[in-house]
Amino acid sequence: MADLKVNFAGIESPNPFWLASAPPTNMGSMVERAFDAGWGGAVWKTLGEPIRNVCSRLASIDQGPQRMLGLNNIELITDRSLEVNLKEIRECKRKYPKHALIISLMVESKREAWHEIAKQVEDTGADGVELNFGCPHGMSERGMGAAMGQVPEYTCMVTEWVKEATSLPVIVKLTPNVTNITPPGRAAVRGGADAVSLINTINSVMGVDLDTLVPHPNVNGMAAHGGYCGPAVKPIALNMVSELARDAEVNVPISGIGGIGTWRDAAEFLLLGATTVQVCTAVMHYGYRIVEDMIDGLSNYLDDKGFHSVNDIIGLSVPRVTDWGNLDLNYKTVARIDHQKCIQCNLCHIACEDGAHQCIPFTEIDGKRFPVVDEHECVGCNLCYLVCPVPGCISMVRLDDGSRPLTWRELTTREPETMTAD
Amino acid sequence: MSTTHDSPINLAQIERNFREIAPPLTEAEAIMESHRCVYCYDAPCTRACPTHIDVPAFIKKIASGNLIGSARVIFEANPIGASCARVCPVDVLCEGACVEKTLMAKPIEIGRLQRYATDAVFTRGRDVLKAGAPNGKSVGIVGSGPAGLSCATYLARLGYAVRIYERKPLAGGMDTYGMAEYKMTQRVSQEEVAQVARLGVEIKTNTEIGRDIQLDELAGAHDAVFLGVGLGATSRLNIPGEQLEGVYDALDFIERIKTRDWASVPIGRTVAVIGAGNTAIDAVTQARRLGAKRVLMIYRRTDREMPAYEYEYELAKRDAVEFWWQTAPVEIVAGADGTRAAALRCVRTEAVETDAASGRRSFRTIAGSEFEIPVDMVIKALGQQKMVDWLSQIAKLKLDDAGRVTVNPETMQTANPKFFAGGDCVNGGREAVDAAQAGKLAAQGIHLHLSGERVEFAGARVPLHEETSEIKH
Repeated sequence: MADLKVNFAGIESPNPFWLASAPPTNMGSMVERAFDAGWGGAVWKTLGEPIRNVCSRLASIDQGPQRMLGLNNIELITDRSLEVNLKEIRECKRKYPKHALIISLMVESKREAWHEIAKQVEDTGADGVELNFGCPHGMSERGMGAAMGQVPEYTCMVTEWVKEATSLPVIVKLTPNVTNITPPGRAAVRGGADAVSLINTINSVMGVDLDTLVPHPNVNGMAAHGGYCGPAVKPIALNMVSELARDAEVNVPISGIGGIGTWRDAAEFLLLGATTVQVCTAVMHYGYRIVEDMIDGLSNYLDDKGFHSVNDIIGLSVPRVTDWGNLDLNYKTVARIDHQKCIQCNLCHIACEDGAHQCIPFTEIDGKRFPVVDEHECVGCNLCYLVCPVPGCISMVRLDDGSRPLTWRELTTREPETMTAD
Repeated sequence: MSTTHDSPINLAQIERNFREIAPPLTEAEAIMESHRCVYCYDAPCTRACPTHIDVPAFIKKIASGNLIGSARVIFEANPIGASCARVCPVDVLCEGACVEKTLMAKPIEIGRLQRYATDAVFTRGRDVLKAGAPNGKSVGIVGSGPAGLSCATYLARLGYAVRIYERKPLAGGMDTYGMAEYKMTQRVSQEEVAQVARLGVEIKTNTEIGRDIQLDELAGAHDAVFLGVGLGATSRLNIPGEQLEGVYDALDFIERIKTRDWASVPIGRTVAVIGAGNTAIDAVTQARRLGAKRVLMIYRRTDREMPAYEYEYELAKRDAVEFWWQTAPVEIVAGADGTRAAALRCVRTEAVETDAASGRRSFRTIAGSEFEIPVDMVIKALGQQKMVDWLSQIAKLKLDDAGRVTVNPETMQTANPKFFAGGDCVNGGREAVDAAQAGKLAAQGIHLHLSGERVEFAGARVPLHEETSEIKH
C-alpha cells in the first residue's frame, strides 16, 4: 500500500486530506470526530473577535436530483470566544499529536492584534496557522478577509507581522476574487509565508426565489452576496493552483481547496502541484465519513500506477500546463462514432449542428439512421464526445499526417505578419 | 345478465384489488425521472408515438418545473394524452423505443411522466388549449371516443362549431367504458371530455344516430361529418348454450366494473374467459380482482399466437390465471336448472402447419378429445364486430372486405366527400392513441375540404429533420 504521509511546510500529516476552515471544524468535538474518521489534518474555523451571524446563511445550486453542485454561505468567522477555542485546540492537539492541526486566523489590520493572536495559538501546541485573507463576505466589508488578499501589499505586510510573532509555519489562504492569482501568491511568499492555500470562496449570488423575488439565502427579505464553493468551483481552483505551481517565485507548498469531494478530485489537485487538499462542502453534504474512500481510492490509484508514495505524484502534471501559445497547431484529432454502441440519441448531431461545426450528418446504415462524422469537416473540438451518454461510443482519434509540431509562438516568430490572423 | 353472484371477498378488499397498478409519480420521482431523460434530438420515442408527441420537450419541461407548458405540448399533439398516459402500450411504443432502454435497460417512464404533467393541469384547472375564432362552419361528430374527442378538439381550435353525438350516457367511448379499471378510472376520461367541452364543443349524450336523429338530418345540419363510431358488439361464439345465464360479453362485463358499484358486478367462483387478446386479459385480471377463485383463459392456439401484448400476458400470469392453451369451446352446458351455465365443454386442438407467409400456425381440433370444465361464469372476449349495417346506410361510403371504412389516409376523407372517419371503424380496432392521431388527421382533412387551407398540427407527421444520405452496405 502506497505511503500517504506528507510533510507540508514542516507539518507532518498522516495523509493529505485536511478539513478546510469552515463549519465542520467549528469546535474541538467536531475536529476530534473528524480525526477519528480518518482526516489527516484540520484547519480550525477562523479565530478572531467573535462575531454575530445572520439567519439564514447557506444556499445551493442543484442540478435536478443532484443537490449542492455549488454551495454559497454568508456565515462569518467563529462566533465562539477565543478562550474556549484555544482551550479546545490545546486539548485536541494533546489527544491527536500525530494529526495536523492548523488554526485559521483573522483579526483587524493591526500589527499588535496579529502578534497577540499568533502567540496565543502557538502556545496551544497547534502545528501551524493559516491567515484568512479570503473570506469574501461580511468580514471583507470590515477591512478583513478578502480585503487583505485583494491587495498584494497588505498580504505581504500582514504575513510579515505574523512571521515576526511566531515560529509556527504560516500558511496564507488566498482569495480567488482577483483578476490574477499570481501577484497575491508572490506577495505572500515575499512576506515570508511558508505555504499558501487556495482557493477561498468566490463572490456569488446563488439565485432568486421566484415566488418571493428575494435572492437566496433570505435574511428577512434581503440578501447579500456570499462565498461560492462546492464541486462547481473545482476547475477555477485547479487553474489557480496550477498557476501558482508553475510560478518560479511561488516556491512554497500549496494546499489545494475548491470542490474536492473524492480521491479523484484530490489526485488532480496533487498532480497540479498541491501537497495537501482541504475539503469542506463534501463533508457538509455527506459527513466526515467520505474520507474513508478518499484514502482508500487514492491509495489504490497510487498502487495501480506503481507509485510508492503520494509525494511521487505531487506536481507531476504541472509541466503539462502551458500557455496557449505553446500548444501544437499541427496536432489533429477527429471524432469517430462506434455505431455498434450508438443508441441514436443524436445529441452529438444537434450539439455539432447548433454548437460546433455542422459535421455530424445523418446516414442510413443497415436501415437505421445514424449520426456519422464528416472527418474532413471535423475540427476535433471534443463537443460530441462530451455530450455522448454512452461510454466509449465516441472516441477522439489522432490523425497524424507526419507534420512537425508547430506552436503559435513559433509561427509568429517565423512569420510575424500572421499575428493578425485569427 | 339478471343474476348477480356475490363475491366471496369483501368490498374493501375489492377496492384494494382495483387500486391503480401504476400509481402517480411523486414530485421527487418526477424530478429524478425527468432528469434521467437524455433529451434526444429527433427522438425515437417521438417517432414511436402514433401522435408524435414531442416527448423530450415535455419531459424537460417537467424537469424545469414548467408543468403547464409540459401538458400543453402533450395535449397539442394528443387531446387524450391523460388517458394515453395510462392505457397506452408504452412497452411497444415510446418506452420501447427509448434510448435509455438500449443503454441502461430501464426506459424513462414516459407514460407516468405524461400523467404527471397532465394531472397537474387538471388539478390546477388550467386550460392549455384555446378555441379558435368562430369560422361560421359546423361539423358533426358521431362517437365521443378517442377519435371523436381528438377530432373535435382540433376543429374547435380552428374555430368550427362542433357537435358530438354519443349514444351512451357518458362521453369518452372506450376510454370511459372499456379500459381496465386498475389502469384508468372514468374520472380521467371525464376530465378530458370536460376539457373538450370547455373549447365550446357541444356533446349530446344519449343520442344515437339512426334512432334519435336520422342520418340525413345529421348530414343536413353540418358542413362535414366525422365518423368515430368504433366497433360494435362482441363477436358471437356460435356454439350451443351462448344464451344461458352466466354468459357475458367481455365489454359488458368491463362496463359494469367501470361503475365501481362492486355489488352489482356479476362474478362467478370459476370463470372461463374465451379469447386471448388484450380485452380477454382485462377480463381475466378483473375477474380475479373481483374475487373469482379460479379464472381460466381458454384459447384454441398457444401463447405464441396470443394477440395480447407480452406485458398484458405477464399481468395475467401474476394474477394466477390458468391458461388453457389449444383448447376450443364447443358448448356451454347448462346446470340442473337448465338456465344457468354450469360447465364449458371443450375440445383439444393441435398445430398442423405453419403458414409460411405469416409464420402463424394453424390449429385443428382433435377428434374425441372433448372434455368438460365445471364453470359458473363464461366471458366472451373474441373481439368486436364491425358496424357494417349501420355504416352501410351512409350513401357512397365504401367499406373494405373486413368491413372497415375506406378513407384517404392523409385526410381521413371517405368515399362520400362530406364524411370523414377514423379510429377503430377505419383501422379495425387498435389503440386509443391511434384513434387520437386519426382524429387529428381528420380535422386537418376536414379543414382542407371546407376551407382549402392546409394546416398541420403538432405531431401530424413524424417530424422531419435533416436529410439522410444513404450508404449502401
